[in-house]
Amino acid sequence: MDRLTLIDDERVVQLAARLDGDGVRLDPAALEKALGWTVHDGLLCNDAMCVPLADEGTLVSEAGIDLAGFARVLDRALAVDLAERAAFLGGSARERGQVLASQQAPDFTLPDLDGRPHSLSEHRGKKILLVVWASW
Amino acid sequence: MALDGTPDDARAWIEAAAPTHPSLIDARHVVADLYNVVNVPTILWIDARGRIVRPNDVAFGADTFKHLTGLSSARHLDALRAWVRGEGPAMSPEEVRHHQRLPTAADQQARAEFALGQWLWTHGRAAAAERHFVRGGELAPHDFTIRRGTMPLRGIDSMGPQFRAMRQAWAEAGQPYYRPLPDTAGSDVGGSGSRGGPAAPASRESDTGQ
Repeated sequence: MDRLTLIDDERVVQLAARLDGDGVRLDPAALEKALGWTVHDGLLCNDAMCVPLADEGTLVSEAGIDLAGFARVLDRALAVDLAERAAFLGGSARERGQVLASQQAPDFTLPDLDGRPHSLSEHRGKKILLVVWASW
Repeated sequence: MALDGTPDDARAWIEAAAPTHPSLIDARHVVADLYNVVNVPTILWIDARGRIVRPNDVAFGADTFKHLTGLSSARHLDALRAWVRGEGPAMSPEEVRHHQRLPTAADQQARAEFALGQWLWTHGRAAAAERHFVRGGELAPHDFTIRRGTMPLRGIDSMGPQFRAMRQAWAEAGQPYYRPLPDTAGSDVGGSGSRGGPAAPASRESDTGQ
């Protein structure tokens, strides 16, 4: 059994996993412990939600939970580096699109130069010009 | 906010501007991900109820780069001031929706590749990071927060020959580097800069003449 570094937004977890030419299979107990997801009775669940699985047998085998399949069921982007034993679970295009189409500006919290966090929601009640720039 | 890897990358500019508004560092491109930002500068207007009333647009605060971009700062600044003072409109929900570009699965995959590349880079695996930055650029060639944004990390001058070649290739493919909204660009295609109604779809694809 190998170990995979899985980055889910800001969380970085180490999971027992099998990495081979077919991809990555996660140890189910490790996935539950690290990220709170379980597979049972045709459902992929965490504390907040359950997603029905079209084919539980494809997602879960004796070798573990297929990471690519897990990401697909959640409609989340996935970048994998087998050689480096690392993967990043990104945002869902559908979910991001739904939020933007609702036209309710998604909240975020980011630090200033002094490291102090600021949230968009702190400024509710004011008109806001959001400017995204870069030194490049 | 600055799509810069560390506060120090953005510090000189922020301190020179001495802003009275919050000026934040978005090292992991969180806002780019949430708002489908694909280049800088990108601006949005958000009203007092937290609603987007001008979606992703290109606007500069001054005309310093007008000779390069063809974009005058006055149109947006005038509209912004009018909106802030309650003297001018923001966009209707219909107009906002018409002008929004929503992220595709490839866009999000590119962002995941970029994020994995960033993590690998910060953990000393530069060659591996490079592979993912390149892959992200292939998946979303219009996303210059990846294609240009990763240049400083990779030791490439983001204003140098490699960037210029990339921009040239983009232009030769008939793609605009900046995509201002019609009323900001002052494009006559599809509405003569009118804010009274949605511009025709063709205007979103119009070259800004760079």
